[in-house]
Amino acid sequence: MNGEKITRIVLFLSTLIILFISIGIGFSLVKGSIPAFKEFGIQFIFSSEWNPTEGREEYGALSFIVGTLVTSIFALIICIPMAFSVSLFIGEYFRNSKLANVLSSIIDLLAGIPSIVYGLWGFYVLRPLVIDLGINEQGFGIFTASIILAIMIIPYATSISSEIIQMVPKDLKEAAYALGATRREMIFKVLIPSAGSGIFASYILALGRALGETMAVTMLIGNTNVIPDSLFATGNTMASVIANQFGEADGLKLSSLIAIGLLLFLITWIVNLIGRFIKNQVMKK
Amino acid sequence: MDFIIKNTKSLNYRLFKDKLFYYLIIIISAITIVPVLLILAKLFIKGYRQINLSFFTEVAPNTLEAMTAVANNEIIPGGILNGITGSIFMVLIASVIAVPIGILTGIYLSENQDKIYTNLIRTLTDILQGVPSIVLGIIGYIWIVKAVTNGFSALAGGFSLSIMMLPLIIRSTEETLKMIPESIKEAGLALGVPYHKVIFKLLLPTGLSGLLTGVLLSVSRILGETAPLILTALGSYAINWNIEKPTSAIPLLIWEFYNDPNLINLIWSSSLLLMIFVLAINIIAKRISAKYKTY
Repeated sequence: MNGEKITRIVLFLSTLIILFISIGIGFSLVKGSIPAFKEFGIQFIFSSEWNPTEGREEYGALSFIVGTLVTSIFALIICIPMAFSVSLFIGEYFRNSKLANVLSSIIDLLAGIPSIVYGLWGFYVLRPLVIDLGINEQGFGIFTASIILAIMIIPYATSISSEIIQMVPKDLKEAAYALGATRREMIFKVLIPSAGSGIFASYILALGRALGETMAVTMLIGNTNVIPDSLFATGNTMASVIANQFGEADGLKLSSLIAIGLLLFLITWIVNLIGRFIKNQVMKK
Repeated sequence: MDFIIKNTKSLNYRLFKDKLFYYLIIIISAITIVPVLLILAKLFIKGYRQINLSFFTEVAPNTLEAMTAVANNEIIPGGILNGITGSIFMVLIASVIAVPIGILTGIYLSENQDKIYTNLIRTLTDILQGVPSIVLGIIGYIWIVKAVTNGFSALAGGFSLSIMMLPLIIRSTEETLKMIPESIKEAGLALGVPYHKVIFKLLLPTGLSGLLTGVLLSVSRILGETAPLILTALGSYAINWNIEKPTSAIPLLIWEFYNDPNLINLIWSSSLLLMIFVLAINIIAKRISAKYKTY
């Protein structure tokens, strides 16, 4: 065999590893979840019972699914005005200027801060603030966790959207100015309609990030296994319950946690799929 | 006349709204960078006091030692050497697995554009990139902790981290190689150089800075990961070089300190050190890519 063939085979084998890892992840998650789904059936998704008492074990994922979705969506809502302003700052108002470079480097920095450091900062700085403002007695809960999450996902929400805003053709913008539009009118009537789907895609991808975040949320959400009844209540997310309870789990509980992992994987996958689909549509144009 | 006056009024109103929006954008953008500055300031102010020589040369203290020190109003003894060595150890394990596979796959993807199989692998890479890190922790637990090492281990931690690195390395390799002009490759082939030598002697050296940047960025990404390590490496109070035994890492130590009221003073200095490591690798990576961008 010559070097040429060996190279081709080695390259191909490495892609096979990716194939096996991907299929393996899906297979292992499904296999690990089977005992939980066998015991509780589809009810596992719609029940909010979480009782580890031996003999009366009862597990359901609903309160964690709700907690995950509420925290992430609320975080996205907080994040959007900030991400929108930053991407207009970088992509339109101060485009290609030094100021825009500085701002985008600082926003990049946000993506480099480890999740656990966000958690610490949230616990020691934000939580006392929340208590002082009288929003929540303990300072824990959906509200506190969402604020931290919102800060964490800003860089993911701005990176693509400021790029897309810069890609809007100059002619279009000049045409609006020629008709007498102010800059704000140009932004709302020309820039956003033509960059809108790209901006939307970047928010969806940021949501995908928020759904899977673990440490910061675990440290701030309060970890109560109930469906939260308000934005200021405590709750739990899918990622947090896995992080908190996986270590001491076995049997049915372990299987239930793996099943929650499977559901989390599916939810983030669907959200990312939608985000990427829209992004690819936009980039093709 | 009446019409003109009315029109000026509305023009002024429109200009006012324009100005208002402009300042709103600037103000909100400024507010957005406040948390970054606050977080870095907090880490530095609270963290620098505990950083001394023993912080780098000793392992984490046990609860009793720390309690006595706090009671006597002394600085908590010990350091985070077990976390530093554990982090380096597991990043090495992850890199040994992920770097060759990632770069080879990246080469394959850039060399075989527009094939159904290539698109499949590219899609799977995208999916891997979106998998929450805690789920990769579960995979490390099922595949390594349960099946290979029969217990929490550095190998399991490194393996989980390697799956996080893979998509980043694959994508950066592919992007880098795609940017190299086709003519360089054609020149090599025209001289009769065999295909594999074109790849290893022409493409890889030309794209080296890009590949290195990808690897470094992926390292800085996994360095701060905590969640998957809780399920796989677990943590340890001693320095451990055994691939099959529980091992600590800096983020894992921060998590332990956070959960132990006696050790709480150590969280800020550990976080500060972690941030410095992550930022330093990030900056080096960006320097390299900026300096050697020759094509």
